Amino acid sequence: MASATDSIKEQMKELLIPYKGERGALIPILQKTQEKLGYLPEEAVEEIAKFLHISRNQIFGVMTFYAQFRLHPTGKNVVRVCRGTACHVKGGHRILLEVEKRLGVKEGQTTPDLNYTLETVACIGACALAPTMVINEETHGEMTMKKVEELFGDASKGDHHA
Amino acid sequence: MADVTLSIDGREVKAPAGATVLEAAQQAGLYIPTLCAHPDLKPYGGCRMCITEIERLRGFPTACTTPVTAGMVVKTNTPQLQQLRRNILEFLLTEHPHPCITCHRIELCGPGDICLRHVSVSERCVTCPKNKRCELKEVARYIQLPEMTLPYSYRGLPIENKDPFYDRDYNLCILCGRCVRICDEVVGASALAFTYRGSKALVGTAFGRSLEEAGCIFCGSCIDICPTGSIVERANRWAGLADRQVVTTCPYCGVGCQLRLFIKDDKIQRVKGEPNAPANMGRLCVKGKFGLDFIQSPERLTTPLIKKDGQFVAATWEEALSLIAQKLAPYKGIDQFAAISSAKCTNEENYLMMKFARAVMGTNNVDHCARLCHSSSVTGLGAVFGSAAMTNTNQGMLQSACFLVIGSNTTATHPVIGMKVRQAVKGGAKLIVADPREIPLCRDASIWLRQRPGSDVALLTGLARAIVDQGLEDKAFIAERCEDYEAFKASLAAFDLDTVEKLTGVAKADIAAAARLYATTKPAAILYAMGITQSSHGTDNVMAVANLAMLTGNLGKPGAGVNPLRGQNNVQGSCDMGALPNVYAGYQSVADAALREKHEKAWGVSLPARPGLTLVEMFNAAYEGKIKAIYMMGENPMVSDPDIGHVEEALKKLEFFVCQDIFMNETNQFAHVILPATSFAEKGGTFTNTERRVQLVRPALPALGQARTDWEIICQLAQRLGGQGFDFAGPAQVMEEMARLTPSYGGISHARLEKEGGLQWPCPTADHPGTPILHTERFTRGKGKFTALTYRPPTELPDADYPLVLTTARSYYHYHTGTMTRKVKDLNRIVGEGMVEINPADATKLAIQDGDWVEVTSRRGQARARAAVTGATPPGVITMSFHFAEANANVLTNPALDPQAKIPEFKTCAVKVAKAAVKVPA
Ligand code: SF4
Ligand code: SF4
Ligand code: SF4
Ligand code: FES
Ligand code: FES
Repeated sequence: MASATDSIKEQMKELLIPYKGERGALIPILQKTQEKLGYLPEEAVEEIAKFLHISRNQIFGVMTFYAQFRLHPTGKNVVRVCRGTACHVKGGHRILLEVEKRLGVKEGQTTPDLNYTLETVACIGACALAPTMVINEETHGEMTMKKVEELFGDASKGDHHA
Repeated sequence: MADVTLSIDGREVKAPAGATVLEAAQQAGLYIPTLCAHPDLKPYGGCRMCITEIERLRGFPTACTTPVTAGMVVKTNTPQLQQLRRNILEFLLTEHPHPCITCHRIELCGPGDICLRHVSVSERCVTCPKNKRCELKEVARYIQLPEMTLPYSYRGLPIENKDPFYDRDYNLCILCGRCVRICDEVVGASALAFTYRGSKALVGTAFGRSLEEAGCIFCGSCIDICPTGSIVERANRWAGLADRQVVTTCPYCGVGCQLRLFIKDDKIQRVKGEPNAPANMGRLCVKGKFGLDFIQSPERLTTPLIKKDGQFVAATWEEALSLIAQKLAPYKGIDQFAAISSAKCTNEENYLMMKFARAVMGTNNVDHCARLCHSSSVTGLGAVFGSAAMTNTNQGMLQSACFLVIGSNTTATHPVIGMKVRQAVKGGAKLIVADPREIPLCRDASIWLRQRPGSDVALLTGLARAIVDQGLEDKAFIAERCEDYEAFKASLAAFDLDTVEKLTGVAKADIAAAARLYATTKPAAILYAMGITQSSHGTDNVMAVANLAMLTGNLGKPGAGVNPLRGQNNVQGSCDMGALPNVYAGYQSVADAALREKHEKAWGVSLPARPGLTLVEMFNAAYEGKIKAIYMMGENPMVSDPDIGHVEEALKKLEFFVCQDIFMNETNQFAHVILPATSFAEKGGTFTNTERRVQLVRPALPALGQARTDWEIICQLAQRLGGQGFDFAGPAQVMEEMARLTPSYGGISHARLEKEGGLQWPCPTADHPGTPILHTERFTRGKGKFTALTYRPPTELPDADYPLVLTTARSYYHYHTGTMTRKVKDLNRIVGEGMVEINPADATKLAIQDGDWVEVTSRRGQARARAAVTGATPPGVITMSFHFAEANANVLTNPALDPQAKIPEFKTCAVKVAKAAVKVPA
């Protein structure tokens, strides 16, 4: 882990060179960082905080205010579990919990091996197949615990923390 | 500024120009509902509770952000406004599901009553720690919200309870932002922020970290300012309502914060900073806010103890006092007795202790730990200005345009002053930090000068040289107000910047830049502390500071000055009271025949003329058998003094040693008799804070067990030893006697302090308002005296055997020898051991990793502790504290003394470090 932190530190040092240590530079710096790293990791925020003499907490406030900034890297595969009404009635919440358990991450997070990012959506328009989820572009309907296991069974070995 | 007249709700109201409509209304005693506004914060306009109708202004301007103008006509309570407010509040309350707010029974319900609305316990206002103090409820009452029509939407957030001291329940948060703003605008920690937006918006920390990880300093400001029960003291969560309140003075540091204690059943429930007290204006640090658990610690001494066959045995007061009187009597008048007074005790107690030593025991051997912290300020500033104290005020820091902070880790040691510095810097003031260590203020500094430990005379005089070279000195001030300038100027020849760069390790360009910044940004204040004073040339350091301030005319003005930050709560006072071997109260010399005669007359005894021994000299004399008995009050030299091994030898040689304290400590184990004293919360008196402000200490709790106040004990002992003039009815009467004899305290009395709040000395007469700023018209001694200085290196430099320099530092979470703070559980959860800070470069060389046990050895002793590898400590230097007796820097420190102040060289000595051979159990 230490080396990953160091490498982010190095990259940030370089990235920050053209900027002045002024508060106004925050948004452009955040954009540039995301461009380079794909998201805004805690270590990068730490460096920006030192550079701009503002607290990490204030930066976090700014980056969660704007929808454009990502707190987590996106995985190779994006899983979106539906939380719409129809799916909810049919137990969509339990499906979400099961996927979270299998992948070892919460909604909005990415597995440490960067294989999966887990998100939720309001309704994907396939209510007849509720409960549903989408993996990348592909819709999976009438989800069950069993189906979740089939889809993510492998992932549970390496990644889950429980 | 001229006043403006306006009309609010048909009433004619006057307000200063620049005030807001809200301020004008409040000054006139009118209520406007508010949730986000607070007098400590900048106008914000977030909650829209304070909307008004103002003639000729469109819409509904918020009173808290609208400045008054002449002739303005304001309405605050029309039916339309109230309806609008109701709509807004109702919307707010959907996320604050505490139905009691709208229930008419809220004033009647107790926590145990059955709720007619079936509101569950966790959602009832009557069980909320903010019950009866909730501003949300107050507003809801005012705008008469009878019933909620919108559905509640529970946030369902878990309570954040992983931090020390705090519970945060953001289900109750109304997003007023007060906590975020106070932490940023006033405290300067910026540990909280608004996160996310829309319906997910919440107050929180970066990446949901704990407050501790987010940089919170647990000052409690957010708790105290939150209008709801979102952030509360965990210990107070279920404690119910206080039955009484007492305002008193913090027992920890010299900032002198005024505390409001909330007490129930003779237990302190919680503590709040007193809002309008000039010393702290409502702010506290973690020690004042959460550090008072020691008062009711089961380890408190509650009965006198007499050592019999090497064991302490409980005794009655009668037994203990008669034994002490009998043992001390033979030492009267023969200078073999010494009294050690205490910077923790009140002015009255220090006055009595020095009177006891002089009038009863006939010796001037009286001193206290100020010897170890600011005796060089006392000698240095006394010589050049005529008064040895902070020239300006705590609150005045907000007027400074520039700060030079040298040898003071202000945010750790004087936290509330540190907050002021940060607040001023946020408002545009410039900050120069000079410190070998990377202290937290470096983050806020424009320039950080990292001088070598012990090279301060060179650095400060180098700055003076650069100022003169650039022609930036204040010629008029020097000519009119100062003397000996030419000799000083000539002495600068030896401090060309190349030489200074070599001596200090600071690049000459940085010195020149800092000199320019300090000399051209006025008013500029210098803040300094132990980094300057604790040196074998401490007096020179202090004089070098004074030279710099005189050179730029930064004296006698608001926001300027030379500000020695005094350490202990009453170290200023105990010096003022003459608990020093050479002076009576008010620095009246014992060697001066007229002054001595004045005291002889007042006390009805004849007094010794020869100044007594200083603290370190007392232990040396004890070691040599010249001092045979010591009476010590509230000190712990076995942890606080340099070269502890030597102190121990000395104590063991004493024929008789009496201690009075609130706890057993590393020193009083060597005593023959220990007397239980009361804590600050169980007695009355006064403390004088670092800005010379004399403030009341009020009794809040009954004495624990058989403990007695220090002043009573001294008087009782004095009387048993035949002392006259020790029959006082109380501390107020002691102060009367002291004030009669002490010109600078002449106008101060408990009655006045009770009526007017604190008073800053000099305050010579009963109608004198006190003196916030010293040396405004003339220096106390007449002219300010420049001193030509030469550079002397520290007495012990690193060499082949001891290649590293040890310097000492303090933790924000602990105080002094830890006797009090180590009894507070959550403080130790944050910082629970003393570490050896070492630079990564040295650590690598010595194959030491973060957390390894190491042995540190000096010519005097050896200490073990775990290593903290950090760039905050410079290469070639290690840093330790003396809060933890088991990992104590003072086993190692050098007792070499400054020739004038007799202060030991705590801040530098030579050591070697090695990985500990055997693992030491934690
Ligand atoms: S306790 Fe003080 S430092 Fe911590 S979050 Fe609250 S205001 Fe900020
Ligand atoms: S926690 Fe309290 S002070 Fe902070 S925003 Fe919420 S209600 Fe306001
Ligand atoms: S320790 Fe000092 S800063 Fe902290 S509350 Fe007490 S007086 Fe104030
Ligand atoms: S609610 Fe899930 S697909 Fe519509
Ligand atoms: S008090 Fe004025 S808007 Fe909140």
